[in-house]
Amino acid sequence: MFKQLMIDGLWKNNPALVQLLGLCPLLAVTSSVINGLGLGLATALVLIGSNATVSVIRHWVTSAIRIPVFVMIIAAFVTIIELLMNAYTYELYLALGIFIPLIVTNCAIIGRAEAFASKNPVSASAFDGLMMGIGFTLILVVLGGIREVLGNGTLLNGAERLFGAGAESWKITVFTSDYPFLLAILPPGAFLGMGLLIALKNIIDKKVAEKAAASETKTVVRARVTAES
Amino acid sequence: MKLVLSSSPHQHVRRTTDQVMRLVLYAMVPGVLAQLYFFGWGVIVQMLIALITAVLTEAAIVTLRKRDIMQALQDYSAVVTALLLAVSLPPLLPWWITMTGSFFAIAIVKQLYGGLGFNLFNPAMAAYVMLLISFPAAMSSWIPPAELASHAVGLSDALSVIFTGFNSAGYDLNQLRFGVDGVTMATPLDFVKTQLGQGYTYSEAIGQAQFTDSLWSSASAGWTGVALAYALGGIVLIQQRIISWHIPLSLIAGVAVTATFLSMLNSDLYGSALFHWFNGAVMIGAFFIATDPVSASTTPKGRLIFGAAIGFWTVIIRTFGGYPDAIAFSVVIMNMAVPLIDYYTQPTVYGAKRAVKQTEGEP
Repeated sequence: MFKQLMIDGLWKNNPALVQLLGLCPLLAVTSSVINGLGLGLATALVLIGSNATVSVIRHWVTSAIRIPVFVMIIAAFVTIIELLMNAYTYELYLALGIFIPLIVTNCAIIGRAEAFASKNPVSASAFDGLMMGIGFTLILVVLGGIREVLGNGTLLNGAERLFGAGAESWKITVFTSDYPFLLAILPPGAFLGMGLLIALKNIIDKKVAEKAAASETKTVVRARVTAES
Repeated sequence: MKLVLSSSPHQHVRRTTDQVMRLVLYAMVPGVLAQLYFFGWGVIVQMLIALITAVLTEAAIVTLRKRDIMQALQDYSAVVTALLLAVSLPPLLPWWITMTGSFFAIAIVKQLYGGLGFNLFNPAMAAYVMLLISFPAAMSSWIPPAELASHAVGLSDALSVIFTGFNSAGYDLNQLRFGVDGVTMATPLDFVKTQLGQGYTYSEAIGQAQFTDSLWSSASAGWTGVALAYALGGIVLIQQRIISWHIPLSLIAGVAVTATFLSMLNSDLYGSALFHWFNGAVMIGAFFIATDPVSASTTPKGRLIFGAAIGFWTVIIRTFGGYPDAIAFSVVIMNMAVPLIDYYTQPTVYGAKRAVKQTEGEP
């Protein structure tokens, strides 16, 4: 059960790559690794909290009023995260701006509440929230990394915003250029990068499926070797 | 014996794709020669870079897609795309920017959509837009026409600036761009836009010495010469029936009507039709770019609308937008509208009743 949830959240049913939910924040904030990581972690925390809470109260909430209840739970967690970020990672809070409160409208969260947490026990729901959150964060970080390298030639620029002053030296300069590749930083770059990531996932899935099919046929051939001697 | 009944015409001369594409290449020759004359060897170097990149990219992607390489390369469509992109680029653009653009045109805009015949957007122009958005400074670094430049750019200089950033005497691109008396030379469109932004009137802006000096050595003469040369090539294409007259004519008319309307409103702020026609990419756009058989509209009426709308957008974006030239943006915008235009302009089949009348009341 938990292994299946892990595979689903991280790969097979990844909220960003497969369900294509929460694309608005995904495309808007992934101009750098740290922005992506910050928003990804915030979303993951909200997902865990909302999934667990929705699961706890699933027997008492009737289906007629479930959506407003879910939204209020999610909004409460988003408010908590927003205030925490305002307190501890103020610069990141400023950089992400409107996209922190907009986590409320992230369809991935209400989607998990509706499709999973409202029908499953608390531990499974919380674990599902964690895995979906990590899956979402991974894509944000990868996309942010691609765009940051192409657009700025750096990685982990501004790490101190999330990890405190000591992280300033984490910045990796891959190359410097007189002409930064602005498209990667601008919104069209996010769409192109996202499309290429989805294509990459499909290629990997296809290769894996082909390999599985090939190894299955091999097992059939083996059977008759001992029959003749 | 089998008798086939068919309506006239009974004789067809069908041109294959590669014949069409090669004729387009021949028709580009006058324009390219004019660019060579006015802007130096850079344009030839850019064409080679773009060409090699495009052909290699096409071959690589076609192999990945498990299609026939020779068939894909022999239709010359990648060559035409690469050359159309190359002639729109500033002649001394760094080599890797040209390569990026050429790769983007073939790999992303053309092959990812399914190859020749399936691309939604004009590959050369989509790549141009990508480059313009990504590298605005490099993409607007045009050098002055050769006659005006204080440092003429020969073949070896062009090669060395494109590949290393400096020419043999150690001048970089920006120094080469300084023309007579150390005045930076922008393209006439760029220059007029800047002057208007500084509060000069339109007639003051084009009355500056660099526009009026003499017929063959003024800044706009280079551009006008190039535009006329491409128009000449384009007229040959129409005469050879490679392209129909609808798109070029309606595009040029669209530019004229919009520009004339604006300049009648306020001739101090808005350029005349002639200014818009013979500066920037209107002529090459009208005859070579907007007429791309894949991404343009395909019905006669649709082509008129398509061309006129490109002309309209070109003047509007040039006048009110942030970039000096706008053919690429307009073509890409109208590419998006092509399915809609084609849907509403399907010609009625000969002999069919005008059934449209009956349903006209309903939307």
